[in-house]
Amino acid sequence: MAIDNETIKHVAHLARIDLQQNELEKLSSQLHDIIGFIDKISKLDVEKIAPASHILPISNVLREDNPHVSLTPEKALENAPEKKGNFFSVPKIIE
Amino acid sequence: MELNQLTAHELLAKLKNGSIAVQAIFDSLYQRLDKVDDKVKAYVRRGNLEKSGEKSGNQADLLGLPITIKDNICTEGLNTECCSKILQGFRPPYDATVISNLKRSGAGIFELKANMDEFAFGSSTENSYFGSTHNPWNLDCVPGGSSGGSAAAVAADEAIWALGSDTGGSIRQPASFCGVVGLKPTYGRVSRFGLIAFASSLDQIGPITKDVEDAAILTRIIAGYDPNDSTSINQKVPDYTKSLTKDIKGLKIAIPKEYFVEGMDPEVKAVVDEAVNKLKELGAVIKQVTLAHTEYAVPVYYIIATAEASSNLARFDGVQYGYRAKSDNLIEMYKKTRAEGFGDEAKRRIMLGTFALSHGYYDAYYLRALKVRTLIKQDFDKVFSEFDCIVAPTSPSAAFKIGERTSDPLKMYLSDIYTISVNLAGIPAMSIPCGFTRNKLPVGLQIMAGAFNEETIFKVGHTFEQNTDWHKLKPIIRP
Amino acid sequence: MRYQTVIGLEVHLQLSTRTKAFCGCAIDFGKAPNSCVCPICLGLPGTLPVYNKEALNSAIKVALAFNCQIQEHTKFDRKNYFYPDLPKNYQISQYDLPLSRNGHMYIYTENKPKRIGITRIHLEEDAGKLVHEEANSLVDFNRTGIPLIEIVSEPDLNSPQEAFDYLAGLKSMIEYLDVSDCDMEKGSLRCDANISLRPEGSSQLGVKTELKNMNSFKGVKDALQFEVERQAELLLNNQQLVQETRLWDAEKSRTVSMRSKEGAKDYRYFPDPDLTLFNINKTFVEEIRSRLPELPLDKMRRFMKNYLLSEYDAKILVSSKRDSQFAEECIKIYSEKDKKPLVNWLIGPLLQEAKVRKAGISELKIEKKELVNLVGFVQRQEISGLSAKTVLNQMINTGKSAEALIKEGNLLQVSNLDDLNKIIESVIALNAKSVDDFKAGKSNALMFLVGQVMKKSSGKANPKIAGDLLRRRLSNA
Repeated sequence: MAIDNETIKHVAHLARIDLQQNELEKLSSQLHDIIGFIDKISKLDVEKIAPASHILPISNVLREDNPHVSLTPEKALENAPEKKGNFFSVPKIIE
Repeated sequence: MELNQLTAHELLAKLKNGSIAVQAIFDSLYQRLDKVDDKVKAYVRRGNLEKSGEKSGNQADLLGLPITIKDNICTEGLNTECCSKILQGFRPPYDATVISNLKRSGAGIFELKANMDEFAFGSSTENSYFGSTHNPWNLDCVPGGSSGGSAAAVAADEAIWALGSDTGGSIRQPASFCGVVGLKPTYGRVSRFGLIAFASSLDQIGPITKDVEDAAILTRIIAGYDPNDSTSINQKVPDYTKSLTKDIKGLKIAIPKEYFVEGMDPEVKAVVDEAVNKLKELGAVIKQVTLAHTEYAVPVYYIIATAEASSNLARFDGVQYGYRAKSDNLIEMYKKTRAEGFGDEAKRRIMLGTFALSHGYYDAYYLRALKVRTLIKQDFDKVFSEFDCIVAPTSPSAAFKIGERTSDPLKMYLSDIYTISVNLAGIPAMSIPCGFTRNKLPVGLQIMAGAFNEETIFKVGHTFEQNTDWHKLKPIIRP
Repeated sequence: MRYQTVIGLEVHLQLSTRTKAFCGCAIDFGKAPNSCVCPICLGLPGTLPVYNKEALNSAIKVALAFNCQIQEHTKFDRKNYFYPDLPKNYQISQYDLPLSRNGHMYIYTENKPKRIGITRIHLEEDAGKLVHEEANSLVDFNRTGIPLIEIVSEPDLNSPQEAFDYLAGLKSMIEYLDVSDCDMEKGSLRCDANISLRPEGSSQLGVKTELKNMNSFKGVKDALQFEVERQAELLLNNQQLVQETRLWDAEKSRTVSMRSKEGAKDYRYFPDPDLTLFNINKTFVEEIRSRLPELPLDKMRRFMKNYLLSEYDAKILVSSKRDSQFAEECIKIYSEKDKKPLVNWLIGPLLQEAKVRKAGISELKIEKKELVNLVGFVQRQEISGLSAKTVLNQMINTGKSAEALIKEGNLLQVSNLDDLNKIIESVIALNAKSVDDFKAGKSNALMFLVGQVMKKSSGKANPKIAGDLLRRRLSNA
């Protein structure tokens, strides 16, 4: 199926990636080819087949409600590009 | 032979009897890096190699022996960046479980990380933010990917042994291109805790080694139940070294006909056919089978893997770590950070994955792909109910030239055609060297078995290896 | 044209487990920012979630208490969206196979039970906290990963008061289960509302408005009330209603539209591959059901049966778990067979004292045996009811015993017949006219005379006994 410009822009927004115009065009054409190839699977009859959302035959994996040692704020913030005191700092959120 | 040219089991014997010290092994590696790594570029250079202090041995199993780690496995205090700009400077405050296991066994974690395709997206290691790795057998060629750095380092004796990760073939294909051994364990056999995720239902960490014995030793150490990983199986890890027998008489081996089709390099086919004959000579019973849904594996993989990746990579946004683009508002910061921080292949896969999950397309793509995945798994289940293992080529070609496939992503994706189904089915598979093309490029033989049956793989691999000399050959890297 | 209000509520509840949903960070409120975090709840690359067994148990308890069907196969899904308080930029939640469905609870807004459907109760994890500054926002991840359950009601509520009562009933039930602090002010209970109006008799739903930012049960009620009026006015003027999200501004007592450029959100839900499927079989559910504490309805029935309380009285007493425990202990100490006098004090003056102090009766500083003593004094007519109310107030304020305060205040009623007769003779002698009035048939005169007796005895005469004695005395002479 064709993947039009509007769809690409929408997908880029969902993925929060800024695409330049030339990138948009190139990506659009590459994705178009890839999706065309992927469309192969539409030929199969899978109505009665269960989806393999998990490949391992295990279920009900849980853990006990026991505490572990947490990080100190210093360690937690060690890689922060920007911080203020013990907080991570991000630019203003404009709705 | 220099120390760096030996296998892990050979060095362990020497360490045990006291004839060498660990420092000597490290020094030997450093010397080798100095000599060849500016050409091979197996390792990521994030500044000069500060040979961090004296190395000492210990009493644990591995006695201080160094191991090379791929740049997507978290090592506490050591930069782990998935060879991506967006993770620049990231120093994890914790060790991956496999690293804890290795440390507990006395391994020495090598201070340089192995190069890789950014976020493991690739089959050539050309997508690394730090530039390509070059195949030690032919520096104009790719080492394969995404664990190209690990495979090249082992092949070039710049590492004794290494860890890689495999989501669609990223251990096996580079092992095949570089003439070394690479195993992807059964999904759930090795903990994923600390492996920076690409596709959560497909990823596994595994060994890349000079011979099958080293792979058996290493797998035993890294495998095992991890309460921090919900997808880790609670089953005892066998002593894989006990599978290193040399007798495969009567073993039933299946050869899938869909893996020997058009588009395959005729030289690779010839080498693999020869290898299969060898197995027959050694007493195995060979029969052709069909894995009927093979042609759907690549499309299914590229839907499931990219969908999961698009979600796994959403966290790379400049908020807590890594690269952050300058901006005075949040949404712009997200968009610029991700546009500037991710390479082209990463963006392509995130876009594809986001599309496959998006409203209106989920049923036709993602859900449908999950169903076809069931069919692919059923193909393998059927074969393993009759056969001990499957043997096939690892890749349709030997190493291609650097730059040859970068402008055609789809062509690049198709080079995964023989490895991908294994990840979809969750089964284990190993690539071992089985010959060379006329251009002296290595060819890999792939051995697959049923879930948690690594033992058969080690048995077949070790038997083949010990009855041939392919694993003893080493590349000559011209100065 | 008359309009019917249609309301549905979405409640998010923080479970009071020791540790977070997917990691072992201890849940500890009031700590420094980013000090209750670990690589897992920070969503650091490479980390993986493992679900808290206790959270699952608590959630199943809640689902059972609200009569839901527990799903035999349930799973977690990823809800994908970008926000700085969400470290992975997806929330682990549940989409198409939630833990439980099709429950209900009853509200008693009009003194008769009304069934409110509960569409689903499912599991999710909490996000972090943002502090907004001039040019930046600051992020604290302490709260990320705290286990939540989301309780979604059917749109069966038809007034702001019903919504209020639903929340109160929900909170009461959760208190009984002891699985959450359930405190809107502290944020362990959060509520969003959906409201629409439709012509009475219509079965189609009108245009929906989503309301957010209410911080108390009263806030929810007030916000809904405002919306009912706002929407009704628009409809009556034939104006179009647009489906939107509005925020409650408690200070200005109005809702404000949240202008959002994004269309319908696409969360791209898919099953979380890092967590397994969960098979919840009947045996496991029954085991949890057998460990459920006594729930309000059962307690109410037990009070009615064992202590012969009326349904009305019992219902009031069980509405709060702690208060019901307090009440029951008092009832057990009270030795009389007929518990009504004590119960009247519990649901009357004591509850009043509690309301004034914005507390529950169990939180008042009063010893149970002292309360029972006080009631005894009243029952034996040793003090008047009015005095007793004063004494109760003083008991709570000072912590002194009933006996001590009665003595201090010199409140013991004169019930001694000789003393009373003396006073009565004196009053009769001084109020001949009233005596004649009474004998002439004016019953008011008796009340006046009783009043005189009260005055002469400085309020300590027992008015009932005085009245009886006066009547007999005057009827005889």
